[in-house]
Amino acid sequence: MCLGIPGEVVAVVDAERHLAKVDVAGVRRNVDVGLLDGAVAPGDWVLIHVGFAMARIDEGEARRALESLEAMGAAYAEEVEALRSSGAP
Amino acid sequence: MRFVDEYRDPAAARLLVAAITELAAEDHFKFMEVCGGHTHTIYRHGIERILPPSVELVHGPGCPVCVIPMGRIDDAIAVAETPGVIFTSFGDMMRVPGSSGNLLSAKARGADVRFVYSPLDALRVAVENPRRQVVFFAVGFETTAPSTAVTLLRARDDAVTNFTVFSNHVTIVPPIKAILESPGMRLDGFLGPGHVSTVVGQRPYRFVPEVYGKPLVTAGFEPLDVVQAIAMLLTQLREGRCEVENQYTRCVTEDGNPRALEVLARVFELRPHFEWRGLGFISQSALQLRPEFADWDAELRFAVPGVRVADPKACQCGEVLKGVIKPWQCKVFGTACTPETPIGTCMVSSEGACAAYYNFGRLHGEVAVQAGTRT
Repeated sequence: MCLGIPGEVVAVVDAERHLAKVDVAGVRRNVDVGLLDGAVAPGDWVLIHVGFAMARIDEGEARRALESLEAMGAAYAEEVEALRSSGAP
Repeated sequence: MRFVDEYRDPAAARLLVAAITELAAEDHFKFMEVCGGHTHTIYRHGIERILPPSVELVHGPGCPVCVIPMGRIDDAIAVAETPGVIFTSFGDMMRVPGSSGNLLSAKARGADVRFVYSPLDALRVAVENPRRQVVFFAVGFETTAPSTAVTLLRARDDAVTNFTVFSNHVTIVPPIKAILESPGMRLDGFLGPGHVSTVVGQRPYRFVPEVYGKPLVTAGFEPLDVVQAIAMLLTQLREGRCEVENQYTRCVTEDGNPRALEVLARVFELRPHFEWRGLGFISQSALQLRPEFADWDAELRFAVPGVRVADPKACQCGEVLKGVIKPWQCKVFGTACTPETPIGTCMVSSEGACAAYYNFGRLHGEVAVQAGTRT
């Protein structure tokens, strides 16, 4: 929850409602990108908290963060499972 | 353990630890890491074991699950058990004990408690169930509060009237202040939180050096980030400086996320008082909905008991959260209180100091040796 998870933008779903499809550790879901400065494009990496992108990050940082998160084991698994099972469109 | 890049490079770690050992040779230093994510990194990678004994780390209150007092869980359960309510919550909060049971046991008794990943998911449940009252149990620091704010703006714009928020959002600065003012607390500096700072930026921490004369270095979550931030704190003290510095420049900026701060201010205002587990009541430390959003405020729509409940006697989360004792010094640590059957909040969340130590603490020595930093 308080732990941000990095994800890669794969598509802009609805620019007006600030929705982008983001790949988070292989799970794809819609994320609200309206709190970021400027538009996102496929290939951008963002730090996600509870379904919202809160910061832009570079790819290197994103990959490092993902690896540390994976190393966290159960906590990370729970967060990804939460994301997967949230059933968002 | 794999050390994939420069953030886990054992040689770099050795150099930093050597520098720290030299900087801390003539005194004893006590630094608090405010953020639960750092606590996790520290235990996971055995960082305390590679530091010289003259550098002590104290684990702070920066875990939003850990600081929610029992009375608020009782309030949540009371709302969840109101007929017709669908109560939505992040998974982390489900197992946090109230004075009698948790949200999962309320669910077992028949309450419609549903787990959601995002406040937007809770809003969607409300849209899909127009005849039911849907409540979102909002918790977290400035990392999650802007998401709740955006969700409330959307509920208002879309006129979703069967949706309310039970706000338990807290802010990061007041507990730091409370710790600085707590009697007998002797700290030499702070590791500033990482992800919260992506939102609030660096400015809010300036009072730490300016008013209290302590340095603060915002740090990332890799083991080397934490070690480097400790070296930066010691360097400041050695050079007689006392500043807010940013080790985590690859994510944190001076101004944070202005849009997120703007929606926060539009939707929330400071509560006069809020109780923190272990720290007691801290004034202006939490967020409540502004009067314009009264129609979406669960505390106004439902009968919330609001009874203050003392922490269980056996549980010493309060002392752990203030850094007075280490997790393993608690009487019930690892015996009556485990991640499977937590008594205190610090054992519930994976970012809590007790759960982190329970999961990784016993590996300390092994991990440090593998890292090549203590041979």
